[in-house]
Parts: sequence; C-alpha cells; structure tokens
Amino acid sequence: MSMSRDDVRKALIDCILAVAPEADFSNVRPDRPLRDQLDIDSFDFLTILQHLHERIGVDVPESDYGKMITLDGSVDYLMHRPTRPPGAATP
Amino acid sequence: MFEFKLPSLGADMEDGTFTEWQVEPGQQVARGQVICVVETQKGAIDVDIWQAGTIAKLIASPGQRIPVGQVMALVATEGEDWRAIADTVVPADTAAPAAPAAPAAPIAAPSAVPAPGRIKISPAARRRAEELGVDLTALKPSGTHAAVSIADVDLAARAAAPVDRQAAMRAAIAAAMSRSKREIPHYYLATGINAERALGWLEQRNAAVPIGERILFAALELKAVALALRETPELNGFYEAGAFRPGTGMHLGVAISLRGGGLVAPALHDADRLSLADLMAQLKELLQRARGGQLRSSEMSDPTITVTNLGDLGVETVFGVIYPPQVALVGLGRALTKPLVIDGAIAPARVLRATLSADHRVSDGMRGARFLIELDRLFQQPELLA
Amino acid sequence: MSAPIRISYREALRQGLREALLGDERVFLMGEDVGRYGGSYAVSKGLLEEFGEERIRDAPLSESGFVGAGIGAALNGMRPIVEVMTVNFSLLALDQIMNNAATLRHMSGGQLGVPVVIRMTTGAGRQLAAQHSHSLEGWYAHIPGLRIVTPATVADARGMLYAAIQDPDPVLIFEHASLLNVEDEVAAEPRAVDIDYAAVRREGTDVSMITYGGSLPKTLEAAAKLAAIGVSAEVVDLRSLRPLDDATIVASVSKTHRALIVDEGWKSGGLSAEIIARIVEQAFYELDAPPVRVCGAEVPIPYAKHLEDAAIPQVDGIVAAARRLVK
Repeated sequence: MSMSRDDVRKALIDCILAVAPEADFSNVRPDRPLRDQLDIDSFDFLTILQHLHERIGVDVPESDYGKMITLDGSVDYLMHRPTRPPGAATP
Repeated sequence: MFEFKLPSLGADMEDGTFTEWQVEPGQQVARGQVICVVETQKGAIDVDIWQAGTIAKLIASPGQRIPVGQVMALVATEGEDWRAIADTVVPADTAAPAAPAAPAAPIAAPSAVPAPGRIKISPAARRRAEELGVDLTALKPSGTHAAVSIADVDLAARAAAPVDRQAAMRAAIAAAMSRSKREIPHYYLATGINAERALGWLEQRNAAVPIGERILFAALELKAVALALRETPELNGFYEAGAFRPGTGMHLGVAISLRGGGLVAPALHDADRLSLADLMAQLKELLQRARGGQLRSSEMSDPTITVTNLGDLGVETVFGVIYPPQVALVGLGRALTKPLVIDGAIAPARVLRATLSADHRVSDGMRGARFLIELDRLFQQPELLA
Repeated sequence: MSAPIRISYREALRQGLREALLGDERVFLMGEDVGRYGGSYAVSKGLLEEFGEERIRDAPLSESGFVGAGIGAALNGMRPIVEVMTVNFSLLALDQIMNNAATLRHMSGGQLGVPVVIRMTTGAGRQLAAQHSHSLEGWYAHIPGLRIVTPATVADARGMLYAAIQDPDPVLIFEHASLLNVEDEVAAEPRAVDIDYAAVRREGTDVSMITYGGSLPKTLEAAAKLAAIGVSAEVVDLRSLRPLDDATIVASVSKTHRALIVDEGWKSGGLSAEIIARIVEQAFYELDAPPVRVCGAEVPIPYAKHLEDAAIPQVDGIVAAARRLVK
C-alpha cells in the first residue's frame, strides 16, 4: 500500500516541525530551497531524515540529499521511494 | 565539608537566577551529577557538581539572583555527618542580599507612621515606578531614608521584568566579543584543504550504515581539529592574568547558533580521545540540549578552544573572534568544488577553507601555520580520524 | 594674548575697580577709608594716588549719608561705586537701599534709574564677632529692584564689577572676607563676566551641592573628598542670588535627584529655604530624597575661633550631610 502525495507531504512537514517547531509553512515557498527558509543545518536535516525513517520507513541515502532541496522536490522524491505508511508493520 | 558555589559559566557571566534544586539534603551525589538549574543569559543551565559527597544544606532558593562564586549549598564529604553540617549557620551575606547598613543618623526628624496603605516613596521613584509599570505595593525601601528610592524601583523592575533572553544573550555576546577585540591581538591564517579524500571516505562509510549511525562531516572536522591540536598545545587553553594556562584536555567549544538568534559554544570534552562514532553521538546530544536550553555548567565553563562551522550556510571562509579567555578559534567553511592542480593535472575537488584566529600574546604565526598544516595532513588520512 | 597670571581675590577686586575707573569717567569710588587708608580690607590701596580725590572719596562714618549720596549721584548721571565696610553696617543704610535705590525705577514709572553699585564685605571666618560677620545677602535678595551678586572665584571678583557698572539699576556685590587671600590663575587681561547665570563648578551625578560665595571653596573641597569615597557630587555656584538662575539649579537636580544647599546664612526664612522651595515647586518629581541644608547655626556669629568655626558650614559637615543624603 503506497502513501498519497498529501500523506507524504504531511509526514515530511511533521518531521520538520519536530526539529523546527516555530516553522510557519504558510510562508514557506514550496519551490525554493527549504533549508534556507527554515534555518535547517546539516544536523537538523539528518534529524529530519531520521524522523522520516521512523515514521514512514523511507531511507534517504546521502547521495540523494541533492534531491531534497525544495519542499515540492522533496515530496516528489519521497513519492518514488519505498515507504511504509505510519502504523504499518515493519517489513 | 565543602561549599558548592555558583561557577562562572563564561567570561561574561556575573550572576544567574536560581531556578530549582534537583537534589535534597541527605542525598548522595556523584562528581558530574546535575544538582540544580540556574537561569543565565545563555539559557537554563544544569549545574553539575565537581566533587562527590552528600548534600547537607541547600542555601539558594528559587528566584534568587546569585552572583558567581556565591555559596549555593553545603556538601558533606565522605565520613562526615551531613546532619551536623546542616546545622551550620550560613553567614547572611552568602544566603541573602546584604542587609542595608544601619542609618548613621536620621536625615530628617522621623515622620509620623505612614497611614496604612500609604507608601513612603520619593517623588522621583514614584514617577519611575509609573514609567516602568512597577507595582508600588511590592516595593521595599533600602536606604537610610526609609522611603522607596529610584534605586529600589529599578531593582524591583529588574526582578519583575521577564528576562528578555534574546536581549540578554545579545548583550552577553556583545560584552565577550568587545572584550576580545579590545584585549586580544588576533592574527589570522587561512588555508585551502583538499577534502575529497575525507568526504569520500565518510560517504562510503555512511552509505554502509543505517541512517541513525550516519556521521556528519562536521563531526569528522571536529575530530581532526582535536587531533591537530596535539601538535600545537599553545592554541588550546586560556590567557589569564598575563599568562597562558594550557587546557587540561581538548575540550572543543562547538559554536551552535540557536533558532531565533543567539549563539552558545558548549564544550565537547576530550574530543581527541573520542572515537568518531562516540564524538558524533555526543555532538548530537550536545546540539539537542543546546537547542532545548539544557546545557550543563561544566560544558559552558571549560571549552579550551572554539570551533565555528559556517559550512552549512554556504560560506566559504570564516574568520572568527576569539572567545576570551581562550586563545584561538578555528573557522571552517563549506567544501566547495574547485579546479585543483593535482600531480600536474587540473581536476575538480571539494576544497575546505580552514582558518585560524589566534592570540598573538600566546602564539606566533609559525605555530598557527603548523596547526593548519597538521589539520590538512589529517584530512588526507581520514582513517586516522575514525 | 599674554599668559595667565596668578593673583589674589583682593588684587582681582582692585583690578576690577581700576578697569571701571579707567573705562568710564562717570565712575567714582566712595566709602569709609577707601582713599587714604586704602580700604578697610586694602582693596583700594593705591587708587587714590592714581585717580585723585575727586574719584576716590573718603566718606564720613555715616552709611545712610554716603549710600544716599551715591544714590543721588547715580540719579544724576554718575556711575558711583559705594563701598560699605561690612554687611552688618549696611543696615544703617537699609532705608536708602530699600526705599530709594530699589524703588525709584518703579515709582517713577521708569523715568528714574539708579545705576549705583554697592560693594560690601560679608561672612564670618576672621574672628570679627557678631557685629561684623553675618551673611545677610539673603535678606537683600528678598528685595525686588535690586540685583545681588556674590563673586566666589578670583575671575568673578575681577569681572563682576564691570558687568555691575553696565547695569542701569542698583547692583549689590557681596565679597566674602574669607576669600580675599585666595589666589587663582586668570587671564592677563580683565574680562567681563556675565552676572546672570549660575555656574556648575564641578560636574557630578549623585548629588547637587548648591552654594555661593565663601562656601564655594569648602563645597568644592567636600566634593573632592566625596569623590574619593565614591560619591559623585555636582557643585553649583549660584553667582547671582537675585535673580536666581532657576534653570541651572533645576537642571542639576534633575540629573542627580538629590539637593544639598550650603549657605553660611541662617536657615529660617533664608536663601537656602528659597532655593529648596523653588526646587520643590519646579522639580518635585525629580527628587529622590528630601533636600538637605548645611547652613550657619542660628546664633549670632561667635568671636571665639572654635565657636565661630562650629557656627558656619565646614568641609566635614558638608561631606557627612552628602553621604547621608545619597545613602
């Protein structure tokens, strides 16, 4: 069972909020680099990926970091990665 | 018995506001155990104790403003009866703000007892209280006039005002950096380091492990700095009272910018002796606690050198300002891909700009250069950094 | 311009007189012993020889007579300088000063001016006892129609007379006896000074010490001692007692929030009371403590040295009062 685009987007935003609770997504431009807009450094980014992994089972290798620059780009990328919906059993 | 005093958590710290005890009388404490929380300009700091013992008497109380060096608790050492120590009478000046001296002579004939509800307050103090929105009924006179003065109002206003953490931290940074630029004759060195080998090694390593075990390049950089410092101990320590005092270990102050502004640089202790995985784990914990406002006093007080890393922001080179009384600061930028001449051929390579700001009273450019060269050497042998 | 010179307060008064006499032929000096004797405090020594009997006139022992004559001469176009030996003796001429000099401008609807300058010695400190030692300038400062000035520095001693001569109305100059031998550096050429404003003689932030005349050196010494114990005292020299320079006083108190008045005169109904009244009227909300006075004891000035010292403000008393005030 794959996740809808909205599910993935929501999961990503939740993981970002866990690291940057003050982030205001109504002001985030989805087509602009996310890390600059939200002051996310490499440590925050790694933490976000860890949360994502725990939440939807997605594994983002370092070599793919370049595909997760903008919010829209990240969702596109994650849609094409094998994921596991929240709550589903770990494979 | 020994006195547990508020430690200085940085050159710019004068006092803190006591928040809470995490121990109680009779409790045994180990060296390094967090025993209380003190609010400072740098946030709430968990204060850890430097010596084991049994808590005998808690002196500081929540809300109290405590100068650095003031006794906060009495601790019994091994073999002592903490109950006996608990009966010790604490001198008033350590337990509470000094009581005002008795008036030398009355200024004016004592006036009739003020009517109940009537506050004896100087006209200027009353106006100041209105301006600052200070509640008049909360004011207490401290001088010989037995009336509330401007000084009393200002004191109450300071105590009542919610601490503007942001402004306080800005002020603390301003004080430390001004002192640095006033007192420390900085010299600056910079070099480009071919980081291709180190990055490649790390990428390979990270690709083979689960996400939770990935190591940030920043951690590798810190390890390299710590090891390089072994070559040049005069960059690692403090300049105090006209003399250099070497650090007792490589305690790297990791400059961490806080969300919403501000900066702290808590210590990563003995970074040269940590395995890369341990260093990463401790760095992670340090970052989390710094951003959550949960730093420990020992981390705040004893970094022996500061490392600032602006690579994440895309900055190529950073020349830092030394945090007194430290004597050096290492600046690391972003590894940018550049054309390098290697073995007579031009090849693309990621180049890291490393800089050193150092105190010329303690070291010279030759020694500073020695450090950067050693740093470069270590980056070329990343397996030494594991 | 030539280098500054070091002269005494007495010499400064003499130079001021010479300047006035040289600068305007309508000016003449009149008083008891000002000519042949050279002045009871030797201020006018040598002037008789230089300017002659027409302009340096010895007067009989009749204050009412010669002060009245000076007022008459002023009414008729002269610019008389009348010297009264001490402020106590001026009481004999009080009728002339109060009822004629101070009033004629007003009573004549502005037709008659009395441009007389009356100089007199004031204050204690020379063991001259209760009939020669009082500080009654505060009394005179009560009277509309008079201008009252109190040179407390060597420069003011030399320059205030010239400014007083220019005034179309009566000016009384009170010269404190204890200042006569004080020396200081002044410009070689006499310079006119204003007689309108008070002067801040020392800047400070903790307490305003407001004084004038003979108490200024003591107050400055007290300020120096206070500085040594961490109290920053501002010293205001009033210079003019009527009109008072309210603006300077209020500005200083608004800065320090504490006022201390040093006045050799008595407290009751005195000048110090007037100053405090004005501070309270104009700067009530600036006050952080009740104003304090260090004044002459409410006794006739004694003859005995130790009693005379105890009867007037001294440095240690000023320091102690200021310390209590700022606590």
